[in-house]
Amino acid sequence: MQKITRDVLVEKAASLLENGTVDRVLGWKKGEFDYDLTPAVFTSADDLKDLVWNDFCGANFSKYLIANTKKSASKVLVFLKPCDTYSFNQLLTEHRFDREKVYAIGIPCEGMADISKIKAVTGDGISSIECGEKINVTTIYSDDTVSFDLSDVMAERCVNCKSKKHVAYDELIGEEGDVIESGRFDEVERIENMTADERYAFWQNELSRCIRCNACRDVCPACTCEKCVFDNPNHSLENKAPATSFEEKMFHIIRAFHVAGRCTDCGECSRVCPQNIPLHLLNRKFIKDMNTHYGEYQAGAEVGSRAPLVNYTTEDVEPGDVFEGRE
Amino acid sequence: MQVNEKKPLIVAFCCNWCSYAGADLAGNNRLSYPADVKIIRVPCSCRVNPMFVLRAFQRGADGVILCGCHPGDCHYTSGNYYTRRRMAMLFSMLDYLGIEKERTRVEWVSAAEGAKFAATMNDFAQTVAALGENKRLEDLRCKR
Repeated sequence: MQKITRDVLVEKAASLLENGTVDRVLGWKKGEFDYDLTPAVFTSADDLKDLVWNDFCGANFSKYLIANTKKSASKVLVFLKPCDTYSFNQLLTEHRFDREKVYAIGIPCEGMADISKIKAVTGDGISSIECGEKINVTTIYSDDTVSFDLSDVMAERCVNCKSKKHVAYDELIGEEGDVIESGRFDEVERIENMTADERYAFWQNELSRCIRCNACRDVCPACTCEKCVFDNPNHSLENKAPATSFEEKMFHIIRAFHVAGRCTDCGECSRVCPQNIPLHLLNRKFIKDMNTHYGEYQAGAEVGSRAPLVNYTTEDVEPGDVFEGRE
Repeated sequence: MQVNEKKPLIVAFCCNWCSYAGADLAGNNRLSYPADVKIIRVPCSCRVNPMFVLRAFQRGADGVILCGCHPGDCHYTSGNYYTRRRMAMLFSMLDYLGIEKERTRVEWVSAAEGAKFAATMNDFAQTVAALGENKRLEDLRCKR
């Protein structure tokens, strides 16, 4: 269960809307199902009755600020979980929106639930979900309610949460958290320790499920180019290509490379993937490599920091030596 | 003579100021290097977008090698330092995906190193030939 309640957020938002500090509020709203909460814009206190805050509020609003600050006459109120604040800072570093037009409220996060972990137990036919002390799930298959502890169905990115610290906010609800030593690179290391053939088989298995819906690109707070290379129909490099191996590898290499050094590891790409491809493992590989070779760097930890790939030292590792110590 | 023997196709990106001149010197000195190496001249090694490398592999290259000025000697002061970081990351990622790491290489070749250029290309062509065809990154649409 999340530490703060929905009412706190609604109250806050309503008072800020009323006194004219903000004219738009970014929050979560129920989608088609109880668990697929969609990002929504609320413009009046009346609208706010639809605002939801529970264990499924995974969506990161930082990217939405780019469009919404342009539409707003005063300020946009945004609720930011700790990991969202890193994306927020990263976008500020890249001058993607005007900080003066944002009123950011930091809210504590206990980790978000992963619906696929719940569905693995209950089946797909979920009729309703209630989030309280436990997550109570009713299905179309029986009248019984199945209860889950959040810790048992927590999304992978939250199990390996990198920080409970808000790095940017105007106002903080709850307490300031800390950066956490997480095991987020363990899985990357496990893959690195495989043989080349095993790694290839692993990625073939994962990436051949890709349907190229572009959701990972669209949701990524680092992917903010107005003209994206993947939208060029003449490009063909990243198009679905017949191959003896598997088809979407180029897309995923390019996508991961384009955000390398700017990826804050928020894990949104994996969350939205309809095929449950662990895309964060590609991003984390880059983060891990950069940490190893170019010094520890967390994108978004501070505004204005210089990413490893737009920087250099004369003593950098040679490209042929990055494989050292590996099979 | 075996007609159907598949020769490796190698794409070499060479920077205009050092490595391309190095290749020129190799030619002037009558040093031989494999004809499978196709040289693409670029203004600076940092002109090479990582997508060029992927594109080469997609179109059927069996190996891709980047040649630039020695670090510190870049004619644009710092271009090859960026190349070094970029390619280190790209090659590491390709290796992570299970692409043989021997298929990619970065070598610093100056305009005076014709011999090094020829030796590098000979060595790289041999390595790539030993690996065989690049099956893992090719695109069947580009098959001739």
